[in-house]
Amino acid sequence: MESKAMTTIIHQHHEYERVRYFTRGTVVLVVLAAAGAVGYVYRLLFGLEAATNLDNQYAWGLWIAVDVASGVALAAGGFTTAALADIFHKEEYHVFVRPALLTAMLGYTFVVVGLLADLGRYYNVWHPMLPTMWQGNSALFEVGMCVMIYLTVLYIEFLPIVVERFKGQVNLPGILSYANSLVESWLTVAARYLGRFISLFIVAGVVLSCLHQSSLGTLMVIAPNKMHPLWYTNVLPVLFLLSAIAVGFPMVIFESILTNRSLKCKPETGALSSIAVYVPILLGVYLGVKVVDLTIRDAIPYLFDGSAASVSYWIEILAGVVAPILLLSNPRIRRSVTGLFIAAALVVGGVVLNRINVFLVAYQPLYPIRPYFPSFLEIMVTIGLISTLVLIFRWIVMTFPVLTTEECIERVGIMNNRRQPAGRTEPAP
Amino acid sequence: MAGTASVATGSVLADDHQTEIDRKAAFGVLVDTTLCLGCRKCELACNQVNHLSERPPTDFEDQSVFERHRRPDPDAYTVVNSFKVADDPDRRYTMKVQCMHCNYPACVSACIVGALRKDPRGPVTYDPSKCIGCRYCLIACPFQVPSYEFDDPVKPRVRKCDFCFTRIIEEGGVPACVAVCPSEALRFGSREQLIETAYTRMADAPERYSCHLYGEHEIGGTSWMYLAPTDFANTELPELGTEPIPRLTESIQHGIFKSFIPPLLLYGLLGLIMHSLRKENGKQSDDNDNTSTS
Repeated sequence: MESKAMTTIIHQHHEYERVRYFTRGTVVLVVLAAAGAVGYVYRLLFGLEAATNLDNQYAWGLWIAVDVASGVALAAGGFTTAALADIFHKEEYHVFVRPALLTAMLGYTFVVVGLLADLGRYYNVWHPMLPTMWQGNSALFEVGMCVMIYLTVLYIEFLPIVVERFKGQVNLPGILSYANSLVESWLTVAARYLGRFISLFIVAGVVLSCLHQSSLGTLMVIAPNKMHPLWYTNVLPVLFLLSAIAVGFPMVIFESILTNRSLKCKPETGALSSIAVYVPILLGVYLGVKVVDLTIRDAIPYLFDGSAASVSYWIEILAGVVAPILLLSNPRIRRSVTGLFIAAALVVGGVVLNRINVFLVAYQPLYPIRPYFPSFLEIMVTIGLISTLVLIFRWIVMTFPVLTTEECIERVGIMNNRRQPAGRTEPAP
Repeated sequence: MAGTASVATGSVLADDHQTEIDRKAAFGVLVDTTLCLGCRKCELACNQVNHLSERPPTDFEDQSVFERHRRPDPDAYTVVNSFKVADDPDRRYTMKVQCMHCNYPACVSACIVGALRKDPRGPVTYDPSKCIGCRYCLIACPFQVPSYEFDDPVKPRVRKCDFCFTRIIEEGGVPACVAVCPSEALRFGSREQLIETAYTRMADAPERYSCHLYGEHEIGGTSWMYLAPTDFANTELPELGTEPIPRLTESIQHGIFKSFIPPLLLYGLLGLIMHSLRKENGKQSDDNDNTSTS
């Protein structure tokens, strides 16, 4: 359907101005990314003690809580959108599938990059793949395996977009141009088989996501005597899964509004408003389980003990869950781009705060020497990784057909990328 | 006991279930803090046997270390600390800490690659060549014992007491710290017999001991067990229940992965939904067979 739309655009006049890759914003991101890269190399050369504030009491810090745990959670838009649009066939949300897929693909890629900085022996990261080292008792083993497989699935799911970009317009430079028709026929074959089997991968992606999103919560269940009772619960894996599902669409909304704004496209208010309807329901389920769990465990009193942990819990719940439920239950706010953006940002922030709470705030080592606060370099690396992700996201969005509204296609000028639009005029398959 | 059942029957990954300890053959150490002199010879012996930090032996005679609380670290698998007796603050006693070598070690259960292993005879050992350096063992340990070489950028290791594995298992000896102990504060032997010894001592001199053998039942039992003149609440040994720490997470993991049936069921269910809904509304809107990505 989309390629039909694209085809018609070719014959229209260009009403929209092309967007450039480099803007003041991207330059800032490049600087932050470069600073992060410097920090990353420093960590590799001089070790964790020199680079971080971690010690034997606080063995995990910012990189695990944000780069890894929050990164995985915020990539959940990939599987929730795929489930909604592809499995439940809510076709009106297809417009979000590709951006969400890209977010997930890059998100998980950077989860791995961030994790490598944190691992003492990052060069052994592949060890869990060896059957001789399999360790089925470990929740971390499951998380590791699922993330590795899911990352592969995400790249496979992205392949059709790459094929679509080049199919019919292979134009290799110089002597390689002899291979044009060969590559073209590969792409044709790839397109056919990918189309046929992609559903298998889409379903696999959803299953793998459910597995490791929840197991990420199981991780801290192994430390009962070190976890604050507001967060320590047997149902931590359920809460992690529910919050991942709940943050999926808000992340899509957040990212869609930002992308469109940055590319000077009109926001897709209609689809955004209607996908936002699900958010209060999903957040409500999450909140319900959280409240019931607190009550059953008699942990309610800890909410009112005035400790820093209890304040952090209240912010997590009020700003990250209750406020967006109220906001997005209001149809007027759902129709307003600003309202949608604020509500979505609150959910995203709330889930990040929840992961920080579970992995850092709730974790109370037995013999702390000093409290943990991330070092400047840890923060620098985290910001650098996020900036790099955004830069790559922008480049891919401007190179591959990820955004599918007519306006965006013209704004980023994919169809027109110094290549002949040959082959594009053929009827859609 | 769903946890035990699934651990015993094993998952798909059959050989990974936790090593059950061999109750008859399991070794242990009884630490009787009422007999501890606070001489720190155990620290010295440990340092030498394990080739830890290079320090002159006189370093270990310094009694001023008792003024602060120390914990095991990469340079010291064991440390002796001094504690007040609860009801008689002028009296103090000293206590050695090191890896407890749990019967159901959380670190072993947590380890993503099986770098930490439980020997059925007691010792929990570590193989640095497998380790990826995730430090989940430091998070999981209920005693906060394993330490990490954060300062090594190339080949950092997890560091902790290995119960002198080579000496006791391969050479049939006793741990270096026990061998050097000048009093009866440390006794090495069969864990079952040590429990008997402990109860005999408590029965013979009830005024000497608080009636609690720490480690007999804590989190399913530990190889190292403690007697003290007073409640353990004011020592560094945490108050723990009798349930093995990893039992809950293992039953969650094995529940999810029971023969891979739950994930496959979910896969089948989602596939079915995808297929049936496509037939319903697919005819008019989606005439090409491709899904989302095309």
